[in-house]
Amino acid sequence: MATVFSRIGDWVNERAPNLAPTYRKHMTEYYAPKNFNLWYYFGSLALLVLVNQIVTGIFLTMNYKTSAAEAFASVEYIMRDVEWGWLIRYMHSTGASLFFVVVFLHMFRGLMYGSYQKPRELVWLLGMLIFLVLMAEAFMGYVLPWGNMSFWGAKVIISLFGTIPVVGNSLVEWIMGDYLPADATLNRFFALHVIALPLVLLLLVVLHLAALHEVGSNNPDGVDVKHGPKGNRWDANKPADAIPFHPYYTVKDLVGVGFFLIIAAFIIFFAPTFGGWFLEHDNFVPANNLVTPTHIKPVWYFTPFYAILRMIPSLFSTAIWGVLGMFGAIVLLFLLPWIDAGKVRSIRYRGTGFKVALGLFVLSFIALGAVGAGVVAEVIPAWFGNVDVTFWENSFGRLWTIVYFGFFVFMWVYTRGGREKTKPVPERVVYDHD
Amino acid sequence: MANEVVDHGRRRFLTATTAVVGGVGVIAAAVPFIKSWEPSARAKSAGAPVTVDISKIEAGQKVTYPWRGLPVFVVNRTKEQLDALPRQDGRLVDAKSDGSSAEQQPKYAQNGTRSIKPEWLVMVALCTHLGCVPDFVPVMKPEPFDPEWKGGFYCPCHKSRYDLAGRVYAGVPAPKNMLIPPYHFVDDTHIQIGVDPKEAG
Repeated sequence: MATVFSRIGDWVNERAPNLAPTYRKHMTEYYAPKNFNLWYYFGSLALLVLVNQIVTGIFLTMNYKTSAAEAFASVEYIMRDVEWGWLIRYMHSTGASLFFVVVFLHMFRGLMYGSYQKPRELVWLLGMLIFLVLMAEAFMGYVLPWGNMSFWGAKVIISLFGTIPVVGNSLVEWIMGDYLPADATLNRFFALHVIALPLVLLLLVVLHLAALHEVGSNNPDGVDVKHGPKGNRWDANKPADAIPFHPYYTVKDLVGVGFFLIIAAFIIFFAPTFGGWFLEHDNFVPANNLVTPTHIKPVWYFTPFYAILRMIPSLFSTAIWGVLGMFGAIVLLFLLPWIDAGKVRSIRYRGTGFKVALGLFVLSFIALGAVGAGVVAEVIPAWFGNVDVTFWENSFGRLWTIVYFGFFVFMWVYTRGGREKTKPVPERVVYDHD
Repeated sequence: MANEVVDHGRRRFLTATTAVVGGVGVIAAAVPFIKSWEPSARAKSAGAPVTVDISKIEAGQKVTYPWRGLPVFVVNRTKEQLDALPRQDGRLVDAKSDGSSAEQQPKYAQNGTRSIKPEWLVMVALCTHLGCVPDFVPVMKPEPFDPEWKGGFYCPCHKSRYDLAGRVYAGVPAPKNMLIPPYHFVDDTHIQIGVDPKEAG
């Protein structure tokens, strides 16, 4: 048998001599810093969820009907009549939310350890593009069940483009293919959701990893292991403080996968709607173009950006400012490698100002999420009785909107002119149990 | 036979012209795909006018009719509600509908009540912010969103407020008054939405 396999191997090698070296370059001979911690699970988990979304998505298309008249009923058909259809759909819907959980944590890791800084700007930019495409993908997927929240969510999001001067209204009609979200809209969103955007997403993931493997992974100390001493157990010329990705980190990631799947399975089996956060109650009602749901709000992962949209009022008789604010909130993240001029990467050795600013930034994200989800508007009368809810919600939301944008302003000022008092960065990564 | 000398100028010219012609071709080829997203002939033809009977709408009541798939509110406003309208002027963005909202109604509805007959409000009930359908909140009593509420429309999406003539209050996300569609009275109890009075005459 051995000879058969080695002969097949030789046969392939003769014809494609670069296949095996490519595998080695990215797996067994990709040397990653040895001091990764818990925060380094989320990249591989994002990949796992992506695979889950593709596989369950393919099976959902086998029973889903792409038509405004049939879509809602076909989703209920999947839930009730298709063998195991409920599981496949809940895996897909829960996967969508968990995708954003791991991506947000993955991005926070990058902020915390300065993984966006030179020389990893390209990795960060490609990652941000993935985030952007992921948001488009999630939004269009949310429209497909054609529930009432699907319809009104689509209407509100598409109307954002209507605030663009001059071309806005025709652009909205162009996107919808009708004068309101309709059959044409649903069909094109389906095409984008199941073919176009997944292809783009996969390409971007490949580029994200390729760019990462060019520069090498960052680590919790933000020390470049490539510039440290050479020579480890496997290779005399490779960084001393690095270990091969396979088998060391693949095995480590498997532990994370196991833990993650326990949580995911618990949600899928016991709380698939997650109390209305993963699947909203209003979306169990078919789309109705004449009735807006009482509390229109996006799924939780869009709520911080949605809150920024809501908190910025109209000025000069146009509503474009909120839209600009919302997109600006994402654009600023793209630009972070150039906003932050700091030379120290990891939060472990950065100044106190950075730690406070990052903490406030995370708080603003959560607070804005609560505003966007309508939690704040519910809490104010419950806690403070008969007060002007709109005034206090706006004050609260606008304060945190300022904090969100203030983070970027602060980073620009703080990291220039030697204002940041950093701690000395060690020569090599800190790793106690050698 | 082979000419070893490379004419760089000529090569650049050929590369540039090929790229330009190719680029024009790509743009031309993209047009059908982009145009295919516009509303189809079927979608466009679905926008016929609708005639509705308003005789059963009581004073203070609102009925919703679909026109081009859009919700049209027909409200029979009471005397008290009409009296409250001019008193809101100071709190509105464009009370006379001649500024930012000049295009939001036909000329014959560009007045204090934004209607042909004062009591009858006929309005496309889509918030001018992002197109949600606002709630009809006619009762004059303090509301959580406005302690001095004098009746009107409240958008649940982003909390824009309008008075009972669909005029937007200042300090909310919506920039303009809501749209008054073309309509006319066929007789005392019927209106046709989608057709101007002069076209009908």
